[in-house]
Amino acid sequence: MRAWTDERVERVIGGLLRWGVIVAAAVILAGGAMYLVRYGSTIPDYRVFRGEPSDLRNVSGIVTGAVSWHSRGLIQLGLLLLIAVPVARVAFSVVAFALQRDRTYVVVTLIVFAVLLYGLTRVGP
Amino acid sequence: MNSLEFSLLVWLGSLAAGFLGSLTGLGGGVVIVPLLALRFGVDIRYAIGASLVSVIATSSGAAAAYVKEGYSNLRIGMFLEIATTIGALAGAFLAARMSPSAIAVVFGAVLFYSAYLSNRPRPEHPSAARPDPLATFLRMDSTYPTTEGLQPYRVHNVPGGFGLMFVAGALSGLLGIGSGAVKVLAMDQVMRIPFKVSTTTSNFMIGVTAAASTGVYLSRGYIDPVLVMPVMLGTLAGSMLGARVLTRAKSRILRIVFSLVILALGVELIYNGLTGRL
Repeated sequence: MRAWTDERVERVIGGLLRWGVIVAAAVILAGGAMYLVRYGSTIPDYRVFRGEPSDLRNVSGIVTGAVSWHSRGLIQLGLLLLIAVPVARVAFSVVAFALQRDRTYVVVTLIVFAVLLYGLTRVGP
Repeated sequence: MNSLEFSLLVWLGSLAAGFLGSLTGLGGGVVIVPLLALRFGVDIRYAIGASLVSVIATSSGAAAAYVKEGYSNLRIGMFLEIATTIGALAGAFLAARMSPSAIAVVFGAVLFYSAYLSNRPRPEHPSAARPDPLATFLRMDSTYPTTEGLQPYRVHNVPGGFGLMFVAGALSGLLGIGSGAVKVLAMDQVMRIPFKVSTTTSNFMIGVTAAASTGVYLSRGYIDPVLVMPVMLGTLAGSMLGARVLTRAKSRILRIVFSLVILALGVELIYNGLTGRL
């Protein structure tokens, strides 16, 4: 097995980032196209802030909406995939630093990962 | 204007913002929010939510290209991300407690500062003569490719850079921008990291920083899918186009023009914020 040099780690991360973004963009485009086909002639209003309904705010609601082919749920699913890209990058870095036996950076990366998870799983205002 | 026309116009605007943002290195986020809030009449909270999403997309999309060149420093980026992600959460919490008008005024001030930062001459600090103990412990010193081969560099003043990165993260979480200008300031001026390494590492960090606050915005209902769609797809396409042209174009004049646009938007945001029109 080849060694996990910094260069190799960064190359793998680069590929991960690119493909993640492509997949997320494709899902968002599909959901957006579905929405515009159905509701393209409605009048949008973003002047007044109402906040999104709860099923577009959390992971389980979004996934439920997306699997039943709700266009807005599908866009939010693409959005979740997009958020997952940098999170996966950090998770991958934890493993890479562990393979390099760099304990300091395993700890550093785990802290970043914990902060990200806190931001994503926190419920309420 | 119906949803189809609205989406197409927002897509075109985002395409232009992403293109110019990547050509000038200022990022698309600084234009997206004022564009949506001032020209399209979108509530600034929805605008910030959509912009954050586009920031993740452009940062992650462009990072793949930068990684190949061998400039970015994974260790520096990861260590400073502790500061930017915690800052981003703080900024996102602050956003819920500030009125849209106050956010607009802060945004305008940040636009002024970004325009100033990107146009002022950058003194290249000579690399520190003696190794910094903290930077050595964190194994931050590295090399980067130049025309004369691999050039070693030493990192300086880690606590100072870390502190400024917290501010960069907070601005990102509060305003929905990548705040690349402040990140680069922390790295090349405070920590004396070579400019090329600073900009590429900053780009790498922006996506992770924005991901930290996007979760908060999503759970608060600030992220509208129908608005996100054209903004994200437009800035992504624009920034990829920009990255392709980047090596050929003369960017100095473009940067001046883009800075003037940013200054004008800044004035308008502050005016509308102070008169309570947003």
